[in-house]
Amino acid sequence: MKMVSTSSMGTLPKQVKIVEVGPRDGLQNEKNIVPTAVKIKLIDMLSEAGLPVIEATSFVSPKWVPQMADHTEVLKGIQKFPGINYPVLTPNFKGFEAAVAAGAKEVAIFGAASELFTRKNVNCSIEESFQRFDVILKAARAAGIAVRGYVSCVLGCPYEGKISPAKVVEVTKKLYSMGCYEISLGDTIGVGTPGVMKDMLSAVMHEVPLAALAVHCHDTYGQALANTLMALQMGVSVVDSSVAGLGGCPYAQGASGNLATEDLIYMLAGLGIHTGVNLQKLLEAGNFICQALNRKSSSKVAQATCKL
Amino acid sequence: MGNVPSAVKHCLSYQQLLREHLWIGDSVAGTLDPAQESSQLSGLPEYVKIVEVGPRDGLQNEKVIVPTDIKIEFINQLSQTGLSVIEVTSFVSSRWVPQMADHSEVMRGIHQYPGVRYPVLTPNLQGFHRAVAAGATEISVFGAASESFSKKNINCSIEESMGKFEEVVKSAKHMNIPVRGYVSCALGCPYEGSITPQKVTEVSKRLYGMGCYEISLGDTIGVGTPGSMKRMLESVMKEIPSGALAVHCHDTYGQALANILMALQADTPFRSSVDHPCDRVSESVAGAAHGC
Repeated sequence: MKMVSTSSMGTLPKQVKIVEVGPRDGLQNEKNIVPTAVKIKLIDMLSEAGLPVIEATSFVSPKWVPQMADHTEVLKGIQKFPGINYPVLTPNFKGFEAAVAAGAKEVAIFGAASELFTRKNVNCSIEESFQRFDVILKAARAAGIAVRGYVSCVLGCPYEGKISPAKVVEVTKKLYSMGCYEISLGDTIGVGTPGVMKDMLSAVMHEVPLAALAVHCHDTYGQALANTLMALQMGVSVVDSSVAGLGGCPYAQGASGNLATEDLIYMLAGLGIHTGVNLQKLLEAGNFICQALNRKSSSKVAQATCKL
Repeated sequence: MGNVPSAVKHCLSYQQLLREHLWIGDSVAGTLDPAQESSQLSGLPEYVKIVEVGPRDGLQNEKVIVPTDIKIEFINQLSQTGLSVIEVTSFVSSRWVPQMADHSEVMRGIHQYPGVRYPVLTPNLQGFHRAVAAGATEISVFGAASESFSKKNINCSIEESMGKFEEVVKSAKHMNIPVRGYVSCALGCPYEGSITPQKVTEVSKRLYGMGCYEISLGDTIGVGTPGSMKRMLESVMKEIPSGALAVHCHDTYGQALANILMALQADTPFRSSVDHPCDRVSESVAGAAHGC
């Protein structure tokens, strides 16, 4: 009779830092434009829930992302709780400058492990995108502003299909060496499964310290939590998620979006892993934004919650 | 899972469920050495047998009564996907589960593909005889790791239910009909809250001991997380070979796939079983009952 290997859990981290991307990645992919006041209230509620990092907005041209047109007002309008970081996306130097002017203390830049995706998304090659990032990173360093790097398509690309772990390593290593303190590895279209996640992380961990890695799993094929569990078993301790599972998938109409923060917290709590997040307050924030968006929450925990 | 009442009126509050399932400490297993680690992480079974429960567990929890011919067409389509086990229906009284009132017609009406098995639920001897008369060649019985759930669900204690199942299993053995055993509430109960792994082991062992060839351990209300799954399986696997175990995870709190991954990692041998509701719309008892 076989005994269950007590090491079947791997070495799970004792605490996990959750990077809440609902207000940016989540809302960015929602059809209905959310009023500025609602965005501000959402972020304030998320701060009250104890999330340590909340991605507030994106300093991108409203021509490309109308939902983020009010980026300056949002960043200026939110309450900045002590101990909580409010990074903002800055796709280019212009955005970076606007972000700094609006009070940003941390910014994020977006790379991709796919040439085609980079071309379609930001209209240049991966190499050219690095040159743009370099400008931002240099300026950020001079201004004492931390920079988080994202790598999209780490487990697959909507245009190229399969992405080799080697390519992910190359891009991640470059961003890290250029000065990003943390790299979030994103399964942008949610096609990854635990085995592929493991292979990709094994490769990346050889070149970039584990403590500098985060995972950002999309739930398009229902794999997000399982992939995240695999990443935790590999030693990753930073996970991106989105309240209420906000955000759809621009590449798969009707598909779900990000991993729901509530469902992630539920799992981590069950595993005895500390996050510092108050699930009840998080549920309230999710409920608030879903009402504002007039949509059902994509979080199973939110859906299951008894209103007694 | 099983013949669950369509409205679970006296479930726990969400706060209590959270309290029960916020494990303190534990769960971190200690450091693996690199050699162990790489083989352990790749230590997944080469083959997983999926037991498709959509036509029974799935439809049972759907509000809309599905016409018989649609059920038959549905099962026929599933048979063509390569699934090797499809749970067809439940020979339960139509008074309790109206959706399954057409059990005999469905059993007789489906095309039984070679190499595919079509178990049916038989909560008691009467159901068993009806099932056999309708052409069933495999049956399932449903136990629970919770006294309250057993009483509310099938109106008798766990001990009494075991007595009933023994009768069914005896008759089934006589006719060379394999019996699968289910254990509900393996990771939590809507009435009792927390369920000890020891209780799950006790009930599983009874069912296995009386002749069930496989025991499906069900997280009936989906409250489990990978940690509680691991603890429960560790306990059960001390008494029952892993080759005779299956998991049946509900997705009420979005944990199903992660819990299944954990179960697959739990030192399973060459083959393991996962119960898979083809259509997750109906979800679990808790979801349907709360109507939240």
